[in-house]
Amino acid sequence: MDQKERQILVTIISTVLITGFYVWYVYQKHVVGNLEILNDFKFWGRSFLWLIPLAVVTQIVIHIIYAIINRIVTNEDVPSKTDEMDKLIELKAIRISHLIFTFGFIGAIGLLAFGVKPYVMFIILFSSGFLASMVSEIVKLYYYRRGI
Amino acid sequence: MGKCLINNNIRKLRFMAGEMTQQELADRTGVTRQTLIAIENGKYSPTLELAFRIARVFQLPIDEVFSFNEGEDTLSTKSKTE
Repeated sequence: MDQKERQILVTIISTVLITGFYVWYVYQKHVVGNLEILNDFKFWGRSFLWLIPLAVVTQIVIHIIYAIINRIVTNEDVPSKTDEMDKLIELKAIRISHLIFTFGFIGAIGLLAFGVKPYVMFIILFSSGFLASMVSEIVKLYYYRRGI
Repeated sequence: MGKCLINNNIRKLRFMAGEMTQQELADRTGVTRQTLIAIENGKYSPTLELAFRIARVFQLPIDEVFSFNEGEDTLSTKSKTE
């Protein structure tokens, strides 16, 4: 497994951990014993808004720590350069992840039309965003391993 | 993945160029070592620009570095049967 593949694995693991901890934290702090909050749009707005900077900052920190550990263990730098193959793989991954998120979005809005409660829409939106990001990384890993 | 239709002699040419390393060739052509490994192993077909850059490093015409594998090409076999 080379550097790019290892970096993708770090991203996958950190995304799962960050999202998992965040959902667990929000659930324990706000939702337990107060299910009514799920119908509060302000709660959903705040939860989404907080997740973005938290996820970005944590990802950056994790990648810095990974780069340091990688340098110590393998005596190699993490590649910072992107070339034509990286860009092509990135484009294919983005296309698939956008498709997944679009289906999630349409599904979420469609459920609203059928009278499902709005919090279900937010859960589906959040889940499809997470799934799209996971699939994007897995697709990248697949193309790096199998070729393009 | 579909089979790569572009064959190359990069491994042989690197050997003939004084066992040039993959990293050195990657640096001279402006790509990462991983991309060069993928090209050498037939897992990625480079753009025309990169193919020219690689050929220039070895000071050879492009068709002495890369060749088209017609036997594997489904399009050309289709057009022959039509």
